Amino acid sequence: MADVITLNYEISPDDFTRAGEASSDVKSKLKQLGVSPEAIRKVSIAMYEGEINMVIHAQGGKITVEISPESIVMILADKGPGIPDIDKAMQAGWSTAPDEVRSLGFGAGMGLPNMKKYSDEMEVKTELGVGTTVTMVVKY
Amino acid sequence: MDKFYHSVRLDAALCKGCINCIKRCPTQAIRVRNGKAQINSKFCIDCGECIRICPHHAKIATYDKMDVLKKYEYTVALPAPSLYSQFNNLEDVNIVLNALKLMGFSDVFEVSGAAEVVSDATRLYIAAHDDILPLISTACPSVVRLIRVRFPNLIPHLLPLNPPIEVAACMAAEKAMKETGLPREKIGIVFISPCPSKVTYVKSPLGTEKSQVDHVLAIKDVYPQLLAYMKAVGDNAEDISTSGKIGISWGRSGGEASGLFSENYLAADGIENVIRVLEDLEDQKFANLEFVELNACNGGCVGGVLTVENPYVAEVKLKRLRKYMPVARSHMKKADEEYVPWTTDVQFEPVFRLGETMMESFSRLERVERLCKKLPGLDCGSCGAPTCKALAEDIVRGEASERDCIYYLRESLHNLSQEISGLTEDLTDQEKDGAGTLNLLKDYIKRISGEMTSLDNKGNQ
Repeated sequence: MADVITLNYEISPDDFTRAGEASSDVKSKLKQLGVSPEAIRKVSIAMYEGEINMVIHAQGGKITVEISPESIVMILADKGPGIPDIDKAMQAGWSTAPDEVRSLGFGAGMGLPNMKKYSDEMEVKTELGVGTTVTMVVKY
Repeated sequence: MDKFYHSVRLDAALCKGCINCIKRCPTQAIRVRNGKAQINSKFCIDCGECIRICPHHAKIATYDKMDVLKKYEYTVALPAPSLYSQFNNLEDVNIVLNALKLMGFSDVFEVSGAAEVVSDATRLYIAAHDDILPLISTACPSVVRLIRVRFPNLIPHLLPLNPPIEVAACMAAEKAMKETGLPREKIGIVFISPCPSKVTYVKSPLGTEKSQVDHVLAIKDVYPQLLAYMKAVGDNAEDISTSGKIGISWGRSGGEASGLFSENYLAADGIENVIRVLEDLEDQKFANLEFVELNACNGGCVGGVLTVENPYVAEVKLKRLRKYMPVARSHMKKADEEYVPWTTDVQFEPVFRLGETMMESFSRLERVERLCKKLPGLDCGSCGAPTCKALAEDIVRGEASERDCIYYLRESLHNLSQEISGLTEDLTDQEKDGAGTLNLLKDYIKRISGEMTSLDNKGNQ
């Protein structure tokens, strides 16, 4: 038996109807594992925010999820524009989302702050013009 | 009482073993095994979707018959508001209420009247609990059961108030005892229901220890008899109604929410839509909502599987009926207050867990992932499970095997027949050991007929 179950998801660009598919798939698997409801809530909110971010800002990307019996690691990697000022991006309410995205009810500037709030560990690696990789860990 | 009691059941004699129900069930509770459907009592929420879809009428709802009235000295009918929506050109609910008395009930107590009391109580509860908003309606028993098994994070948001059926039963029993002086056991409180889910509620309620409803009749059974008595009542029916627009509106989707006098509500109907809303609520995708009304049936209670009228036509009839009614005719009095709040909590039931422990669940989930890659992914249902993933879950739970997959079987038959044709080539080749090849050939043929026998058994059992 392997120590981790690895799941891979492709996040398609500009498709809001599909955003959230990956996080709801992970959510249903965690429920089958019997992970605590609180941990499931944290994972689904943090991952959904991340998924939406990738659709809005980065033309999609890849999410790798590693589930172990103790914790879940979510690695969200995109080849988007990168984040110019990470400190500002971490502030609640700060957003660079274009108007058409805001008109859909997204882009309230709570993406990264919520991801940080609902994960136990979070690391952001970003390079302008190259892309961003966010790694989040939630322990059960 | 069994916490997984069910009113939706299978009539095995009528079941043909087709895949209609397994595909429709919103909680994937049904499997076809040995040629017959089986309902998993832990997953089932009694929504009645399988009753709707079964072409052979093999799914049945259990409820009582009119003869239960004979068991009591005094009986009270509790008509659901959806009952009023079943009749053409009905302008006065009093015709229905008086007809119920002619039909044999000693008295009538409108569930829509109690609904107005619950609306009052809900407004007060929301105002006092802005820290746990949105509150989710608990009037539909199937929705409460769904949340209990699948949405543990939403259990704290359940509105902890008894549904109108229960409040009506408590008030009706109290009134009957006062008026007749009879003990409670000689009084029969009988609900006239649009759905089997209410039967489940009465037998095994959530939120209260024991329901005050004694029996449940189906609208579709009462309807034909009631029509005749309604003619006998005529146009000048005595005014005994206790409800107005708010109470009557509970019969359709959005009705309960509209009685709260707030714009910050969401109302969803139809079990698939309900599930989507619950998923999104769990992910906190809605802001500034005070109340969420959810009904398992399309259109709300008017769409119940025990009603006779098309739900959307019924909704129009309900709208016409309420037009000249006062806003409400019942209000919460001090004496009613004790009937409204829940007296027991709803506990999360993690029935969808793959194993007993985290480690067992984890190794099973890993196996499910591997099996899903191997299975064809066509979700054809021929194995008796609704999807390949569901079959994989059944396999790791020890309830099915890979050989149940028709494509798996086809592939193994294909491989065997290829081996056989190879061996026959060898037989014609004189230089090889003829006897050994013949034995192998025999063995392969035996295996093919073995596979075919197991397939036949599966179909015939």
